[in-house]
Amino acid sequence: MDEMKDVILEYVTEEYLEEDDDEISFDTPLISGGIVDSFSMVSLKRFLENKYSISIPDDKATPEAFDSVNKIAVLVQEFVK
Amino acid sequence: MSFNDTVRGVYQEQLKSIKDAGIFKQERFIHSSQAADIEVEFPTGSSLKKVINMCANNYLGLSSHPEVVKAAHEGLDARGYGMSSVRFICGTQDIHRDLENQVTEFLGTEDTVLFPSCMDANAGVFEAILTKDDVMISDRLVHASIIDGIRLCAAEHDTFKHSNMKHLEKKLQLHADKRLKVVITDGVFSMDGDTAKLDEMVTLCEKHDAMVFVDDSHSSGFIGKTGRGTHEKCGVFGKIDIITTTFGKALGGASGGCVSGRRELVEMCRQKARPYLFSNTMAPVVVSGVIKVLEILSGSTERRDKLEENTAYWRKGLTEAGFVLKEGDTPIVPVMLFNAKLSQDISKDLYDEGIYAIGFFFPVVPQGQARIRTQISASHEKHHLDKALEAFIKVGKKYDILGKTKQEIIEKFGA
Repeated sequence: MDEMKDVILEYVTEEYLEEDDDEISFDTPLISGGIVDSFSMVSLKRFLENKYSISIPDDKATPEAFDSVNKIAVLVQEFVK
Repeated sequence: MSFNDTVRGVYQEQLKSIKDAGIFKQERFIHSSQAADIEVEFPTGSSLKKVINMCANNYLGLSSHPEVVKAAHEGLDARGYGMSSVRFICGTQDIHRDLENQVTEFLGTEDTVLFPSCMDANAGVFEAILTKDDVMISDRLVHASIIDGIRLCAAEHDTFKHSNMKHLEKKLQLHADKRLKVVITDGVFSMDGDTAKLDEMVTLCEKHDAMVFVDDSHSSGFIGKTGRGTHEKCGVFGKIDIITTTFGKALGGASGGCVSGRRELVEMCRQKARPYLFSNTMAPVVVSGVIKVLEILSGSTERRDKLEENTAYWRKGLTEAGFVLKEGDTPIVPVMLFNAKLSQDISKDLYDEGIYAIGFFFPVVPQGQARIRTQISASHEKHHLDKALEAFIKVGKKYDILGKTKQEIIEKFGA
């Protein structure tokens, strides 16, 4: 789980943060905090599905479920066999 | 179910939450033609107030230009009021074709098709030209109408960081296996006023076999040496595959929009774009006005030159006064305040001083980037800009933000 969170944090940092942005933590609100807009969430979902060989149904890939690295890790765990 | 108290309550609750969030939009009634000087009824029911308009998209000051108004009158007399039909049944007049040809020539493309608005053009274009085997790669700050168009299209979608060409290239590599690729951007971004890096984007797209889409709504008519748009400014005139633009801003400001670009793509829009197929196109009176606008702009660069001078004067004045601005050289000049409440308070104080300028905050702009967006027009005279500047300085002093850095403003007011 910890390793997964590190992987997700690294991806989110590289994919969504600009160079002068503050660092984020596992609990930083991503969607509600305006770091990841719900429209750009699609690349994060695709990354998770490819990385962990899973398929996240659209009704589970909600802005709430993607709102922090911790929440994303919990969601991914549901689908990893 | 009728519209009973329970149903009404659902909507009342939703409207209350919009109000509670501070994002309830309220119209201000203008009792005059669109211009630099307008008379406004705000709040509703109050007596009229004369203010200087610093927030219209009337970049070239053509919204109420006598020659445009005259041409619209003549068009009304010659071709009537409405068409009562969609284009492909019996809703196309000779002047629709004339305008499409003139837009094609003005933008330096192969063909053009009109839409009721640019919102409709953006909503319809992607679905008409792409399938599930294709990919759309869009800048993260593109206009809401493009986002709607992307959502309506079956093609895969990805985004790249705002104006970040390295990130775009990574995405082009990631989607190398797709049948068709389209990179999507605004020409000038409406909230920040910055210009897309179209020269670099075209080079990347040529390298990776991708098409380029540009929404030039905040550019057509005044960006570039002869006002053709961002493709002229960036030295890639003739190299943009799809341009959408509006006639509701600089180009007369009434309504209407278009898709202009490669012949086959435009033809696909005529065959498949739903807002074109299932709604009336621009009314003859508006078409006649836009034809006159293009005639004026093709004959002289006087208005866009004046706009450029006004913009430089306004930017210099605000900078010397000590405001924090978003960098750029377009007539969209955002005065950065960072804090949402501060942007609303300053907007209100400016209005009291006779200056009409709107404050924007999250979610319209990113969190912590609240601002007053000012928009300059060729219809502004020096005395308008001087009076507006005087008001900005007076209000800036009241909140003690002049000469303060971003960090200092955030420390004082929060982000």
